[in-house]
Amino acid sequence: MSNDGKVDCSRRRLLVATATIGGLGGVAAAVPFVASMMPSERAKAAGAPVEVDISKLAPGQMMTVEWRGKPVWIINRTPEQLASLKATDAKVSDPKSDKKQQPDYCKNETRSIKPSILVAVGICTHLGCSPSEKFKTGAESGVDPDWAGGFVCPCHGSTFDLAGRVYKSKPAPDNLEVPPHMYLGDARIVIGEDKKGGTA
Amino acid sequence: MSIVNAKLKDLLGWVDERFPLTSNWKAHLSEYYAPKNFNFWYFFGSLALLVLVIQIVTGIFLVMHFKPDASLNAAGVPVAFASVEYIMRDVPWGWLIRYMHSTGASAFFIVVYMHMFRGMLYGSYRKPRELIWIFGMLIFLCLMAEAFFGYLLPWGQMSYWGAQVIVNLFSAIPFVGPDLSLWIRGDYVVGDATLNRFFAFHVIAVPLVLVGLVVAHILALHEVGSNNPDGIEIKKKKDAKGIPLDGIPFHPYYTVKDIMGVVVFLMVFSLIVFFAPEVGGYFLEYNNFFPANPLQTPPHIAPVWYFTPFYSILRAVTYPLFGVDAKFWGVVAMGASAMIFVLLPWLDRSPAKSIRYRGPIYKTFLAAFVISFFVLGYLGVLPPTPVRTLVSQICSVIYFAFFLLMPIYSSIDKCKPEPDRVTSSGHGVKK
Repeated sequence: MSNDGKVDCSRRRLLVATATIGGLGGVAAAVPFVASMMPSERAKAAGAPVEVDISKLAPGQMMTVEWRGKPVWIINRTPEQLASLKATDAKVSDPKSDKKQQPDYCKNETRSIKPSILVAVGICTHLGCSPSEKFKTGAESGVDPDWAGGFVCPCHGSTFDLAGRVYKSKPAPDNLEVPPHMYLGDARIVIGEDKKGGTA
Repeated sequence: MSIVNAKLKDLLGWVDERFPLTSNWKAHLSEYYAPKNFNFWYFFGSLALLVLVIQIVTGIFLVMHFKPDASLNAAGVPVAFASVEYIMRDVPWGWLIRYMHSTGASAFFIVVYMHMFRGMLYGSYRKPRELIWIFGMLIFLCLMAEAFFGYLLPWGQMSYWGAQVIVNLFSAIPFVGPDLSLWIRGDYVVGDATLNRFFAFHVIAVPLVLVGLVVAHILALHEVGSNNPDGIEIKKKKDAKGIPLDGIPFHPYYTVKDIMGVVVFLMVFSLIVFFAPEVGGYFLEYNNFFPANPLQTPPHIAPVWYFTPFYSILRAVTYPLFGVDAKFWGVVAMGASAMIFVLLPWLDRSPAKSIRYRGPIYKTFLAAFVISFFVLGYLGVLPPTPVRTLVSQICSVIYFAFFLLMPIYSSIDKCKPEPDRVTSSGHGVKK
């Protein structure tokens, strides 16, 4: 309260101090509520590695498994499909896989441990839809006349080649993610764990 | 009879000494003077209020049977999806309540888009009604949030993948984006945690804010008074008692007019609810009759029709800029396209408020804007092709040009002089 239009400085200080402490208390009280919306301990604990048998996966075929609630694709590429990766080099935005969308042991021409077997998270790096496979080539694919085979995202039209590399001038910024994985023998893959550091 | 009347009057007096009942009735209804020349476009404010009531009432009854649970039941169907089917098939009249709610969602957007367009036609956002317009835009924002949160609840394929896309929009924000979208989802993928919190937002948090904003919108309107199709202030010409010469009391004149609007609206609404609740896949999308499958996106996903103009703008941005991904700029463009209306009061420099007295340049720009809004909306429901992307890019440019060039073209446009008094030919007025 001011007397005769003069500000009582000690009272004003008390007022400011009270408001500050009260405000801090309010902010502090919001912390648990905001934090409660982060993933719970149970959600963090989920996401164990998944073991997959690929002995029945013939060349040219693809299978989808669930890992951490996401689709993971395993594609057995034919020699022609592998050859197509050379042709798409000039059309994709990150041909050498410089962005860290794969473990170091998959930073190569085929983005895989074994050249023929691609393991990739089937989630578009744009907004998280799962692209559809378009393995047919050329005009038959319905994508475009020089289509070399790959994936098309149904949501915003991003296209990926058979190594999961994104084509230039598409909404998706990055190549498809290659998850950490390793081989347990010739026909068994573990997804989500890579103790062997990329040796087949 | 007179004894009863006297008793009632005493009761009213007793209440008025304790609560401002009569004074509020007068201020907002019986002595709120609205311009006498309201036309068709002025139905949509009260209709928006009606749809809000429909959504709240039907929503309360849906919550009695719905279960926000993404886990699978004994039959292998997500519990949330199954509970919606249960409402449709086993709950008495459940189908009606649910169809009213789903039709109400689309009706809300139709009515609100008409209401906003009315504001643009007659310059209702202009001084001194800027705050009404801003509250209105915040209502629109809440409405979009409400529609988005609600759309996840049935846990169908479109629910799931739509939420996946929209939540991932936030991950495009530099630095904090990925953590922000993790925080919104509450899990590494859209899951049970996401469904539960969206339910909380949809039934409690957003409706509370929405109702508060509606109250603020109406209080601000009643403070400054309504605009009208001539875009002139009726408060400038008052009679000896201080009542605007061109004003008529809201009650009974406009309450009666609005009841007519309500009747026509409910006829159309009922036709949809009873005979075509899906409206060919536009109000309820076919893919949402499949339970959510996190491993497979449907071959064609599109948002519900009311989001498609903004969605098209998102898709139209395919170029990186300043070393930042196209993805981020797409999100920025989409957000800006939905919210840029807020700036209208300050972008518009025209001497005339109403379209009736504006010049040809504004009319051309407005027509181009409306056409591009519809074209973008139409393209948003279709899968993208190179030609469609090009068309949506052109329309996006027109869309933003309407706003960003407005300070220039609205000030050089040749306007007609505004009249002194409102022009009205209705209600037996002789010309």
